[in-house]
Amino acid sequence: MTAVPAILGRRSTGERVRGGAFYGLLVFSITVGFVLLGTLLIDVFRKGIPFLDTVLLTEPPSATPEKAGARPAILGTIYMMGLLLLMAVPVGVGTALYLEEYADRDRWYNRLLEINIQNLAAVPSIVYGILGLAFLVRGLGLGRVLLAGAMILTLLVLPIVIVSSREAIRAVPDSISQGAYALGATQWQVISRQVLPAAIPGIATGSILALARAIGETAPLLLVGALTYVAIDPTILGQFTALPIQIFQWIARPQGDFKLLAAAGIIVLLAILLVMNAGAIWLRNRYQRRW
Amino acid sequence: MGFRLTPRLVLLALLVTLVATLAAGCGRDDESDGANTAASETDTGGGGEELSGDIEADGSSTVGPLTTAAAELFREEQSGVNVTVGTSGTGGGFERFCAGETDISDASRPIKDDEEVPICEEKGVEYIEFEVAVDALTIAVNSENDWATCLTTEQLNAIWEPGSKIKNWKDVPGGDFPDESMSLAGPGTDSGTFDYFTDEINGEEGASRSDYTASEDDNVIVQAVAGEKGALGYFGYTYYEENQDTLKAVEVDSGDGCVAPSVETAQAGEYTPLARPLFVYVKKESLERPEVKEFMRFYLENLDTIAETAQFIPLTEEQTAEQMTKYDEAVGS
Repeated sequence: MTAVPAILGRRSTGERVRGGAFYGLLVFSITVGFVLLGTLLIDVFRKGIPFLDTVLLTEPPSATPEKAGARPAILGTIYMMGLLLLMAVPVGVGTALYLEEYADRDRWYNRLLEINIQNLAAVPSIVYGILGLAFLVRGLGLGRVLLAGAMILTLLVLPIVIVSSREAIRAVPDSISQGAYALGATQWQVISRQVLPAAIPGIATGSILALARAIGETAPLLLVGALTYVAIDPTILGQFTALPIQIFQWIARPQGDFKLLAAAGIIVLLAILLVMNAGAIWLRNRYQRRW
Repeated sequence: MGFRLTPRLVLLALLVTLVATLAAGCGRDDESDGANTAASETDTGGGGEELSGDIEADGSSTVGPLTTAAAELFREEQSGVNVTVGTSGTGGGFERFCAGETDISDASRPIKDDEEVPICEEKGVEYIEFEVAVDALTIAVNSENDWATCLTTEQLNAIWEPGSKIKNWKDVPGGDFPDESMSLAGPGTDSGTFDYFTDEINGEEGASRSDYTASEDDNVIVQAVAGEKGALGYFGYTYYEENQDTLKAVEVDSGDGCVAPSVETAQAGEYTPLARPLFVYVKKESLERPEVKEFMRFYLENLDTIAETAQFIPLTEEQTAEQMTKYDEAVGS
């Protein structure tokens, strides 16, 4: 009876202090994040709620804060996110599948490709904007249209989609595909019926991250010609604006009410993002499997 | 796969979305009072011809809100005409304008003879310049600053000239100011406001000391001045007007006594040298299109209402008439 507490005591002095300090550090980390985010959210909601009404959703921007809405910007952002998903996910997943399932890693060009993709994820967004201006808007003569904006955002988030899709594909146990091969399945059958469905949850996570990054981008869009005042609803090959740009422009206005309007715009942006995330989470839970 | 989002978290996300949507019912306080009256005051004129087409404007972010207000009011008359306004900055706007990409260029300074005019000429872009409003560049100090009520242009020059070492109010020549450290804030080099201020105060466009808080967003400059007792900054008059409770405007003496920035002094041309005209440049070729012609006529005829809606200092009646004459000559009626 006397020996046991002694052993516990000896362990506790050194290890418990260290353990306690570690735990404290973890609590501190999570508090920093939550307090900052919480402050931001409370501030935005407090300012934005009075301006969060149907006018904001259905009216074009205006010089008088009471009449100003963000309909073209909201639609522009939604259209762009839709196009982005249509373009970035197939291309990204395709690239990831090629690199994981087909590419021979002993070949130098495949390795070069991999290094390239990993580095592209770190390129500042403004550089993509310059590329878009030179190549899409002026080079291809696409003009300053919504499609050009969506394409540049696609390029911007493609590395994120590729890297996370590769992780997801790699996480599918080898035994699954080996089993399928053993039963006589072709590579196409293995990928389309076993690997890809099993990787969907991970791919969905990657797509959420990609969308979340793209929805807040302002700089590259400014370069490819997102305007600050557009009164009509956007079309794919027409001039456009996006919510982050509308918010930025409102914040820069001298009249105080525009800042409140900007807060309301931020809430709408958050709501759009949450709806999209909810969709991806639903998709993920539906396909989630355990081995 | 690490952190999994359970159905409970999905529910939480949906709940937040729901709250956001529900809050949409709250509505804003005073629903479009002044705005409606402003719109109904606009002079319709010109008959009821239905026009259509796109008009592209880009340029100064200072003038942008004015052209936006014009576009907005114009829409109530000609809903088929789609006017878009970009705010790439005065320089960026001229770049696009001279490349023939836009119909209208907003500018907070005249087009540059040595840099921009040749490009326009080379591309065959001919244009007409219209004055649309006035701005009084305001020198502002903190509201607790009770010593600086008037500064001469020489003093401003001493403070802002390249290489200026003034870091304390007591070092301002001929000022007799207290020992209080001075911090400076102003617009960044891409701004037309910066170009104009440096040209007028330091005698050369772009020549300025560089150790100050520079921002393209005037609200940041307002914050910088409002947050420190010894601060001094400059920006457009509207930003002062909206922040009078935290800022104090300094009177400027250019040799004829101290003049405070105001609508009256700017209009009368007394607030020298910092009252500046704001411009709109229109491509002659575009002006031949009926929708552009009609939009510009609307813009100039309703300058007062538009300036009021967008909170700009309007031109005097005389000046407005001058611009109309210019327009009439251009369209050759």
